[in-house]
Amino acid sequence: MKPVLLIEFLRSRGAGELTKIDTQSYPWELLIRQSRRANLISRVALFLREAGILDDIPTQPRQHYVNALCIAKANARAINWEVRDLYQILRGQNIDFILLKGSAYIWSENSAARGRLFSDVDIMVRKPSLEDAERVLVHSGWMGSTLNSYDQRYYRQWMHEIPPLQHLKRQTTLDLHHSIIPPVSYPDFPAEKLWQLAIPAEDMPGLFVLSHIDMVLHSATHLFHEGEFDQGLRDLSDLDLMIREYILDSVLWEELLARAVELGLELPLYYALNYTQKILDTPVPEQILQKAAQQRSRSHLPDRLLDSLFLVAFVPDHETCRVRGRRVARFLLFIRSHWIKMPWYLLFPHLIRKGWLRLQGENSH
Amino acid sequence: MLISDLDRNALKAHLSGQGLRFRTGPFGVSLRTSIPAIACHIEKLYPHSEALDNDAFIDFHITTNPVSGLRRRLKPQVVFSFDGYKPFKPLPLAQATAAFEWGLNWCIASISHQYLIIHSAVVEKDGLGLMLPGSPGSGKSTLCAALTHSGWRLLSDEMALLSVTDGMIYPVPRPVSLKNQSIQIIKAFAAEAQFGDRVAGTTKGDIEHMYVPEENALQASMGIHAKYLVFPHYQSGCETEVAPLSKGRASMSLIENAFNFNILGHQGFEMISDLVGSLECHDFTYPDLQQALDGIEQITSAKP
Repeated sequence: MKPVLLIEFLRSRGAGELTKIDTQSYPWELLIRQSRRANLISRVALFLREAGILDDIPTQPRQHYVNALCIAKANARAINWEVRDLYQILRGQNIDFILLKGSAYIWSENSAARGRLFSDVDIMVRKPSLEDAERVLVHSGWMGSTLNSYDQRYYRQWMHEIPPLQHLKRQTTLDLHHSIIPPVSYPDFPAEKLWQLAIPAEDMPGLFVLSHIDMVLHSATHLFHEGEFDQGLRDLSDLDLMIREYILDSVLWEELLARAVELGLELPLYYALNYTQKILDTPVPEQILQKAAQQRSRSHLPDRLLDSLFLVAFVPDHETCRVRGRRVARFLLFIRSHWIKMPWYLLFPHLIRKGWLRLQGENSH
Repeated sequence: MLISDLDRNALKAHLSGQGLRFRTGPFGVSLRTSIPAIACHIEKLYPHSEALDNDAFIDFHITTNPVSGLRRRLKPQVVFSFDGYKPFKPLPLAQATAAFEWGLNWCIASISHQYLIIHSAVVEKDGLGLMLPGSPGSGKSTLCAALTHSGWRLLSDEMALLSVTDGMIYPVPRPVSLKNQSIQIIKAFAAEAQFGDRVAGTTKGDIEHMYVPEENALQASMGIHAKYLVFPHYQSGCETEVAPLSKGRASMSLIENAFNFNILGHQGFEMISDLVGSLECHDFTYPDLQQALDGIEQITSAKP
């Protein structure tokens, strides 16, 4: 596979080698294009600023990075505002909640917050509080989306979240979870164990983020379980950054492996370690990777096939880094994610229905 | 080299090949399209844009092509793509030129945060800027088109680019988009005005893009200071009324009309305050184009 500039850039950032870039001759326009497509432009811009070379970049490309920094700042401002708003609403009913994914990174200002762009806020409440949380949120302007009854039922019966809510005025999307993995694929997932280690926010009783190790595991689970690779490289970069930030010594590596066993998330952890290491050169010790490989259950597909699919799927969807078979790879991984998500007697009717609706949609437009 | 220096075949070869690279205002654009109507549109309406060579930096890589696949045969459509990202649903193929213009507007407004971008027409005379913000139907484009034929020079019919660094407004003169009755009104007002092909039945009605000759547009890469802020309100059969507008109200209206106020945050607020501080602000209600032009003349020639 031809090297992809953006991936090379992320690898050399990891190696601390960005200062070696010749700012006058570097193909900035190409990096801007690939990183914008991968939703990583703000992160790239921040890396450039951290390396102290942003000001040396020629004016025109530099402006795009400066603008991207501006967007990331606005994004973080808006998300923190939403979190405070949600806190007011849920606190009134004494409902505890954990921030998940991007909003958790931003709120805790961890390394994956750096230049993280997103529009959805993700929170998790305890299952018994779910109905109360939904009701009070709806009363406060977070409206249920206009999904049809099939989709409503699909979410509520099989998924780890209710259908997305959207704020009436601000249009922000809120994903309200009660777990981090769909019950249909993992019926007994011990979500209460996440609560036991969750880190409380300062001065805001009832607001939490996941423990560092659980944050890594959730990020891995989300990426390798959902089968959506449009933002795959961005998510992989999140994992890379958090592993470098949190998993600092052999004790923590062992804790990470043990926690994955405790939560039954051995497979996504193995994939996370394997692919961050393979693609972004994340410093994963060899014996840890071997242990992670040994402790997971066997997957349906041979490793070599999965390797070839994942490595292709993580390449940004930009015309300058087209690789053969990416669409097929992403499609197969999408099917795979559904395959491991639900039993075949649920999956087939679901896919047939979705396929039929898509065909109808095609004709009506 | 200008776009008008390219012959038709070279223009088409660029558009259907690696992309036609040109400058519009401060931006470098690369446009790829296989649609003949867009090639005509560029040839007719962008002749004075500088054609850029392969080394020049490109801000926006744009593709505006027909939607491929089976559907194409039943109902041909066009889709706008900003370097692979498609912000809009496909439009009927007959609206291709509008898709290009709207798409380019979208690119500028969602990327270029070195400016506070206000939804407003801007024209200039003797180095002084006149801003005409307004919602659809207020007549800002009609008024702007008429002003460019009455001694004013165009900066933009759609967006005021207020620089974050120096607080000046920078030109991005492109064809003026006119809708429905405005098209006839301007054709009657300025017989010499030239237009692109009519685009019928868009969500905004029928559209024609008016060509803005080089001498009627501000090409300078230097910005200007705005002096007048006029909120036009077209209302058929009313009396012309020029009412002074308080700085507070003017600020709020500008904020409502700013595309990226939320992105710039505190800085955006400071910029609006500074801008409004140096502006003469008016609400302006008028019944027809002639009265509108008289009113603008009165506002901009009054001694403070």
